Amino acid sequence: MNPARDHYPQGRAFQAELNARYRAASIWQGLFFSALALAILCLSALLYNVIDGTFGYVAYEYKHDPSEFTPRPLDTLNKQELLDILKSNLSSGAFNKLNNEKPMEERSRSDLYSLVIERLIQLDTKQTWPLTDSIFRSKAVRAEAAQKYPKARLEFRSWLTPQFLVSPMSSKAEFAGVRTAILGSLWMVGIAILFALPIGIGAAVYLQEYADKNFINRIIQTNINNLAGVPSIVYGMLGLAIFVRALEPLTSGSLFGVTDSNGRTILSAGLTMGVLVLPLIIINAQEAIKAVPDSLRQAAFGVGATRWQVVWHHVLPNALPGILTGSILAVSRAIGETAPLIVVGASTFISIDPDGPFSKFTALPIQIYQWTTRAQSEFHAIAAGAIFVLLALLLSLNAAAILLRNRFQRKY
Amino acid sequence: MVTDGILWSIACRPSFAKEVNMQNNQPEYAIETKNLFIFYGSFPAVSEVNMKIEKQKITAIIGPSGCGKSTLLRSFNRMNDFVPGSYVTGEILLHGQNLYGAKIDPVEVRRKIGMVFQKPNPFPKSIYENITWGAKINGYKGDMDELVEQSLRGAALWDEVKDKLKKSAYELSGGQQQRLCIARTIAIQPDIILMDEPASALDPISTLRIEELMQELKKNYTIIIVTHNMQQAARVSDYTAMMMLDKDGSRSGTVIEYSETKRIFTNPKDKRTEDYVTGRFG
Repeated sequence: MNPARDHYPQGRAFQAELNARYRAASIWQGLFFSALALAILCLSALLYNVIDGTFGYVAYEYKHDPSEFTPRPLDTLNKQELLDILKSNLSSGAFNKLNNEKPMEERSRSDLYSLVIERLIQLDTKQTWPLTDSIFRSKAVRAEAAQKYPKARLEFRSWLTPQFLVSPMSSKAEFAGVRTAILGSLWMVGIAILFALPIGIGAAVYLQEYADKNFINRIIQTNINNLAGVPSIVYGMLGLAIFVRALEPLTSGSLFGVTDSNGRTILSAGLTMGVLVLPLIIINAQEAIKAVPDSLRQAAFGVGATRWQVVWHHVLPNALPGILTGSILAVSRAIGETAPLIVVGASTFISIDPDGPFSKFTALPIQIYQWTTRAQSEFHAIAAGAIFVLLALLLSLNAAAILLRNRFQRKY
Repeated sequence: MVTDGILWSIACRPSFAKEVNMQNNQPEYAIETKNLFIFYGSFPAVSEVNMKIEKQKITAIIGPSGCGKSTLLRSFNRMNDFVPGSYVTGEILLHGQNLYGAKIDPVEVRRKIGMVFQKPNPFPKSIYENITWGAKINGYKGDMDELVEQSLRGAALWDEVKDKLKKSAYELSGGQQQRLCIARTIAIQPDIILMDEPASALDPISTLRIEELMQELKKNYTIIIVTHNMQQAARVSDYTAMMMLDKDGSRSGTVIEYSETKRIFTNPKDKRTEDYVTGRFG
C-alpha cells in the first residue's frame, strides 16, 4: 500500500537502530565532557603551581642577631624605638640617603621595621620550599634545613603579603614588591585603551555603516582580521621603530619639556599595546554593530534621520555592551603581553613609581619574567606571588568591565 | 535643511497654493509615478509602473508574494537606497518634483513621507522618547508634551499609555507597539504615510484597531498600504493596485490593474486580478 513505509525499520529493528543512535550520542557527549575536563585540569595545574610557589617554608639567617641592637623582641618595638635603633646603628651617610628618599618621620612603622631587618640585621634567605613539601614532608624539610644551615631559622611564610603589594622593586627578594609593576601595567593599559578604543570604534563604525562593499574595503577587512593574529613580538618591533625611535621627541616628552627620558617610556609601551589590541577592538566592535537589528536603523531613517543621527543615537548606544565586551578581551590581552614590552624597552629594575606618560616603567609580566630567570629560589617564590597579583588584577579589570556592560545592556 | 529643502519650498511657494486653489475641482495627486522601473543590480524587480495616487485616500497594493509590492512601496520614500546595487529609472513625482532627482536629499523625502513597518519596531527607549526623538532630530520647536499627547491620541493609544509614558516601549503589546510606531510617524507630520503590511504580525483584534485608525488618519494623511490580506484591502482601501509578476516569465513585478477598490473586487478588467481576488489564483 505504502512502499516507503517498508523501507523504515520496524519493531525490534527500530529498537536496535535507536539504541545505536543513543550509543553514538553518548560517545560524542563523553568526548565533549573530557575536553572540558582537560581544560579544567590544565587550569587547576596552573593554580596549583602558583599556590605551591607562593607559600611554604623558608630558611633564613641573620647576619647580626637582633639582640645586638635591642634587648626586647623586635616586633614589640614602636615606631620611635625603631627609628632610634636605625639612627644609632646606621652610618650617617646611609641614614641621610634614606632620609632624602623619604623623610624618616613620615615612614610607617612597618616600613621602618623592614629597614631594620634589611639594613641592620641583614636577613639572608638560604632556601625556600614549596607548599606541598612544607605540608606533607614537613619533618624531612626540617631535618634538611637543620643539617644544611645549622644557624638558620626555619619559618613558614607567605610571599604574598600586603607589604609585597605596596613595596617597590628591591634587589632582595624578601623586601621586593610589585607596586611599580602594578602602576606601570595600569598606566600602560590605560594609555592603550584611551588610544585604541576611540580609533577602533571609529574604524568599526566606518566599515559597518559607511563603507561600500567594494574590493578595496574587502581587502581592508581581510587585513584587519589577519592583523589580529600577528605575533605580538612583531608589534614590539613596530613600536620600537615608530614610537621609540621615529617619534622619540613625542614619546620621550622632550617636545613638552621633559628632559631626563628617552623614547622607552610608558607612552611608547601604551601606544604599542594600543596598536596591538586595535584589530581586536575593531573586529569586536564590528560584530556588536552588526548585532544591532536593521529594523531599528530603518525606524530611525523612516522618521527622517541622517546616517550620522542613526549611528550616534541608535547604533552606538545599542552596540555599546558588545563593544565593552570586546574591550574586556583587549585589556586582558594588553595586560598579559610581555614580548612587545621587552622590545620596546621596559626597565627590569625600577624602584620609583611611574608618575606620568613619560616615565620609565616596568610591568607585571616583565617583573615576573625577570624574577623567574633568577637563580635564587626566593625569587621564584615572589614570581609566583606576582602571578597571583597579575591574575587578580586581570580578574578585577574584567569584573569592572562586565559590571559596566551590564549597566548598559538593553534588549530589543 | 528641512525648511530649505526643495520639496518644502515648492509646497510653501505662494504660487503653488494658488495653483492648488485654481485647480480645486480637479483631483490633486499625492504621488505620481511615470514609467517607474526599480532595479536590484541588473534585475528589474519592478517594471513600468504608472500610478497616480489620490490625496487623503487609502491606496492598497495587493498581489502574490515576491511580486515587488514592498519594493514599490519602499521606493516612495527611498528606503531602497540602503539595498546595495539598487537603483530606479523613470520618475516618482511629489508636488511635481522627482523624488529621485539629483538635487533631492533622501532624508528630506523620508521627512515628508513617513513609514510604518511590517514588524513593530519602536526604539528601545521610553514611550515618550519614541515620539519625541523624530521631532527633536527634525528641529521641532513646539511643546514636546503637547506633541506626544496629540500624536498618541492621533494613533488611538493615548488612553492606554498616558500613565506610563516613561516606561519602555517594549513593555507594550505588539498591537500597541505598532500604534506607537504610527504615532511616531505622525508626530513628524508627514504628507504621506506608507504602511508595509502593518497588521501582518498582529492578532485580529489589534488588526481591527489599526484598520479603524487608518480610517481616522486618512482625514489628514494620504496612506499607501501593502497587504497580503485581500479582505483587509477590500475593507480599508479606496483604491487598489494589483501587482503580479510579468506573464512573459521575466520574474519582474508590475501593476496589472489599478482602480477603485470596489471595481477591483467586483468587476476587475484583468482575468489575473479576478482569479487572485476570488482566490482561484495559482
